[in-house]
Amino acid sequence: MNPLDAPRPATAPTALAPAALAKTPLRADLQLIADMVAPGSRVLDIGCGEGALLEYLARERSVAARGMELSQKNVNASVARGLSVIQGDADSDLVEYPAGAFDYAILSLTLQATRNPREVVEQMVRIGRHAIVSFPNFGHWRVRLQLLLKGRMPVTEALSEPWYETPNIHLCTVRDFIALCGDCGIEIEEALVLNGRAHRASLNTPHLANLFGEKAIFRLRKD
Amino acid sequence: MQTPRMAADPALKAGLSMEFGRDAPLMLDCGVALGPFTLAYQAYGELNAEKSNAILVCHALTGDQFMASRHPVTGKEGWWSQIVGPGLPLDTRRYFVICVNVLGGCMGSTGPKSINPATGEPWALDFPVITVADMVRAQKLLIDHLGIDKLFCVIGGSMGGMQVLEWAARYPEKVFAAVPIATAARHTAQNIAFHEVGRQAIMADLDWCGGRYIAEGRNPDRGLAVARMTAHITYLSEPALHRKFGRRLQDRNSLTFGFEADFQVESYLRHQGAAFVQRFDANSYLYITRAMDYFDLAQEHGGKLANAFRETPVRFCVVSFTSDWLFPTSENRDIVHALNAVAADVSFVEIESDAGHDAFLLDEPEFRDTLAGFIAGCAEHRGLNG
Repeated sequence: MNPLDAPRPATAPTALAPAALAKTPLRADLQLIADMVAPGSRVLDIGCGEGALLEYLARERSVAARGMELSQKNVNASVARGLSVIQGDADSDLVEYPAGAFDYAILSLTLQATRNPREVVEQMVRIGRHAIVSFPNFGHWRVRLQLLLKGRMPVTEALSEPWYETPNIHLCTVRDFIALCGDCGIEIEEALVLNGRAHRASLNTPHLANLFGEKAIFRLRKD
Repeated sequence: MQTPRMAADPALKAGLSMEFGRDAPLMLDCGVALGPFTLAYQAYGELNAEKSNAILVCHALTGDQFMASRHPVTGKEGWWSQIVGPGLPLDTRRYFVICVNVLGGCMGSTGPKSINPATGEPWALDFPVITVADMVRAQKLLIDHLGIDKLFCVIGGSMGGMQVLEWAARYPEKVFAAVPIATAARHTAQNIAFHEVGRQAIMADLDWCGGRYIAEGRNPDRGLAVARMTAHITYLSEPALHRKFGRRLQDRNSLTFGFEADFQVESYLRHQGAAFVQRFDANSYLYITRAMDYFDLAQEHGGKLANAFRETPVRFCVVSFTSDWLFPTSENRDIVHALNAVAADVSFVEIESDAGHDAFLLDEPEFRDTLAGFIAGCAEHRGLNG
């Protein structure tokens, strides 16, 4: 595994003041996703939250950036900042888009909260020439250790809420996700894992990526 | 095309107007060729040298072109004076903002109360039935006349939103951004039903005289007032009515056991009806409600709404309000779904408000912020900064 990047802060504040957004560096995982996107391309960011990635792609990479977000509050705030965002649900609303509508369909740290992750990923590779998916890795050693030693549901930096409050209903490991892509006939173009530093995961040794990655980012395509 | 002219109509005296269709009449959807006809309009701000900063505001059923200035008949502030003006979301220091009285209207544009040149008498029911598409075709003549090749933005609520959709579908290369607000791509059965009640109230008034009330020196005030009262209820919401009036009594301590306006809500509606007849023409009300009823954008495009927007370059921002039951969020969302189906650039915002359909006429901060943000974002893409 080769270090890809200098260490970045593992997390940024989740609530960003609108004025501060443009200047605040992107959260590390979002920056890695942004670096996978070709300048000037068409992007749909599914579950775009407050629009940090969208704003960065639109302003810094001249991307035709569009967003879909479940929370109406986040949508209104994003549109008020000049971003193109609609209220919508990844589980039900991706079917509306025509095939190949975007160069990239992005889903960051949201897959585990969808009702039907397999269908969502398949829709993403249909509407996007590429799909970029990131998720918290349930195979990380800290997660495994907490469950093994304490016998309690793991609470980590990437999975910060207790079991009774978490929106994450479909957690998976890096190897689970690789298996899903195989089942769906989806090609993995690039895979990264993060643990404070970003590493390019070797798919020849997925068990190492699975053990040491807190979050994983996959770039996918399906012809 | 003639030079701007002044006429006896107070609406024309108070504002701008232009005559069209003398040489080439306007072909209406009903098959009639209309011409000559007048369009009355208001303009705020200045058109820049490139003519790239024009915003067209489309007014609703009973609105008019005096959106940001004192109304020549009622003396009241414009219906969008909190949205259009210096430093406001439609900033008249940056944009040239115009609003045209719709064809068939009664504030200076040619409509059923205008004189039919063939008879020298008011058109009344001889006026051809017009459609939302006809209104837009007429506006296009004015926009062309002003030398505006591409509108920066077309925006409007309710029937104004229908015109926005029609503009974007019919002239996609002439529209940079479109903001349909609290509207629908087709008028629903329930909305047609409410309009029919209003029309029947007007036509049941003996003073309507089969539509020839102007020639007879009469006016169907009672019928038009009832039409307005019915419609006004649909513009509000139960929570808004409850908040404003509840079951409170009007200037009395107990029920009168009669049919005077015991309740404040009755008194309010009677006032709304009485005020409306001072400024609106009954036949215009028939014609414009009909235009809304006939509006079905999908049907104009082979039954599929998405077809209306195929390959559209227009940037859309669809806005709805939570308590609007006349043009509910679901109707607005149907527009968004159709735009998604052609991968159009669309934003969609639902604003929390208990004010019902009328919320788009009120000072809702979140609505104002949405408009301002969307317009600013579009200005950046259009290179209109500074």
